[in-house]
Amino acid sequence: MSSQALVEICNVNFGYDSRSILKGVNLTFHKGKVIAIMGGSGCGKTTLLRLIGGALKPSSGYVKVDGKVIHEQNHHGLYLLRRRMGMLFQFGALFTDMSVYDNVAFQMREHTDLPEPIIRDLVLMKLEAVGLRGTHHLMPAALSGGMARRVALARTVALDPMLILYDEPFTGLDPISLSVVGNLIRRLNDALGATSVVVTHDVKESLQIVDYIYFIADGVVVAEGTPAEIIHSDKPFVHQFIHGEMDGPVPFHYPCGDYWQDLKLRPWR
Amino acid sequence: MKRATLDLWVGIFVVAGLTALTVLALKVGNLNLYNMSETYQLQAHFSNIGGLKSKASIKSAGVVVGRVDKITLDPERYEARVTMTIDKHFQFPKDTFANILTSGLLGEQYIGLIPGGDEELLKAGDEIKKTQSAVVLEDLISKFLYSKAEETQ
Amino acid sequence: MIVENLRSIGHRIVEAVWRIGFASRFFFMILLYSGTSFRRFHLTVKELFYSGVMSLIIIMVASMFVGMVLGLQGYETLKRYGSESALGSLVALSLVRELGPVLAALLFASRAGSAMTAEIGLMKATEQISAMEMMAINPLARLIAPRFWAGVISMPLLSALFSATGVFGGYVVGVVLIGVDYGSFWSQMQASVDFQHDIMNGMIKSFVFGIAVTAIALFEGYDAPPTAEGVSHATTRTVVQSSLTILFLDFILTAFMFQGE
Repeated sequence: MSSQALVEICNVNFGYDSRSILKGVNLTFHKGKVIAIMGGSGCGKTTLLRLIGGALKPSSGYVKVDGKVIHEQNHHGLYLLRRRMGMLFQFGALFTDMSVYDNVAFQMREHTDLPEPIIRDLVLMKLEAVGLRGTHHLMPAALSGGMARRVALARTVALDPMLILYDEPFTGLDPISLSVVGNLIRRLNDALGATSVVVTHDVKESLQIVDYIYFIADGVVVAEGTPAEIIHSDKPFVHQFIHGEMDGPVPFHYPCGDYWQDLKLRPWR
Repeated sequence: MKRATLDLWVGIFVVAGLTALTVLALKVGNLNLYNMSETYQLQAHFSNIGGLKSKASIKSAGVVVGRVDKITLDPERYEARVTMTIDKHFQFPKDTFANILTSGLLGEQYIGLIPGGDEELLKAGDEIKKTQSAVVLEDLISKFLYSKAEETQ
Repeated sequence: MIVENLRSIGHRIVEAVWRIGFASRFFFMILLYSGTSFRRFHLTVKELFYSGVMSLIIIMVASMFVGMVLGLQGYETLKRYGSESALGSLVALSLVRELGPVLAALLFASRAGSAMTAEIGLMKATEQISAMEMMAINPLARLIAPRFWAGVISMPLLSALFSATGVFGGYVVGVVLIGVDYGSFWSQMQASVDFQHDIMNGMIKSFVFGIAVTAIALFEGYDAPPTAEGVSHATTRTVVQSSLTILFLDFILTAFMFQGE
């Protein structure tokens, strides 16, 4: 990969109270790529996104976006950076008190002085890109889960961000919506010349759309590579994850004492 | 909801609230227009003010002309010193008589002004010399009882 | 056992102090980020609709009944002392000084305050607030402060409406139905209700209540755990805490305003 790095995560440690979530993570996201971060539930993927967005501060190490260290930015600097980022939340997080149109127009109205006719054109273009121009007058409650996700996607790219973060974009979608959203992520990224980071545990869909994959387990990167490399990886963790095997390096059982003793029984002889 | 409808409703709400406040002030309260006009102050000494309170009304021929501003005890004469605020529109002669009266048997106490015949008028800060104290009900009853007792003797 | 109890008491106290600290910080942040609520006043107007206009009906109906009950009970009591003519001042003074501000604030807390908590809490639970932060828009300035000022503006207006409608209710029962003299009803009222001393103090009370209720409601919503249970608990806490705060503040304010009479 010869292109420039947009996001650099260097030696990041992070923990809530005494529980450490990330232990010395190093990642580099290159411009124009779609990168997937995968791992089991609760392995710190979402934390990683929050670190990139500046909602959390690493205990040590740093996260650099476009050459700027995130946690050294003041409030204003952070907000300036965030204007150039978009984030799609797990369930879309559409503003429930506004129509679809107002949701997509929200950032344009807040951050720009564009006249209303231009905003109208832009909103309809963004909605057309996700195929939902016809829903502009609806309230978010009237949308299905898949459509809400696509509207949220239109809202995320409203200001043509340089970096788009996706927090579990595939959760709770039917197979059709899932592949629609997956394709949109890829197409929007290429159309906008942006960089996308997709945090997910949906293996099948992500292998089709992303350029590079990181696997995280127990707070460290355990594997990385292009989809082709990952599929043929012989690392036991990756193998278990991709094929969804019940037992492997990720144990089925939560660590606990002896089963027989817990039941106060003597083993059968 | 459309923004125009919303604005209209909020407008109605604010106007209704302010109207309610005005109604309270004018109809329920005693904020008469004279409160805003110019006033001047007069003093008077009373040997006993009974239950007179500050903000009590000052009436002349039953018409409210002002309010009691403050009541203090004059440390030299041991009398109550009452400061009154009177509407500029009403001027009273020098020999006006100030009287503490009660509206009804148990009602509020107020000061009644009975103008005299003097040519000269009271100026701001002047003192009303001729005053009569409040009638204290207990005194009245005991007087009545004593006179009855004397009659029977 | 005793040590354990002591520890839990201590823990609760420390937690309460923490919360008070957070709440005051939150309150000052609202004031700090209030510029937007006035520069873009339509944001506040929208919230005025939801907190003010939507509370109108409950306030008007409740105050009508309260005024009517005051008229009825006041008449029954005053009749014993032969001073039915004082009904006007009884109804008006109780409404303007106490019942108007306090009852309007209690109704406002349960109607608009709980709605504010639930709305903000749900917005937090569904990550709408995080989304706003990620869009580089300060939710305190865009969401919280307009709601705060809408509450602070609505409260005195609602309280004035409550008192005025209540007096009308008392008038309907006292004068129209029971037959207290029309003239003495109004003149006694006007003689005893002072604009500054009674009406303005009542307005100051409701202004203070407005600040307290909206600040509590917004803090509870903003601080609610992002779960269905967390939001429902926060809503309950809003109603309970703001009611207690209203009554407590009312006592303090009354003691200061009407002392030495």
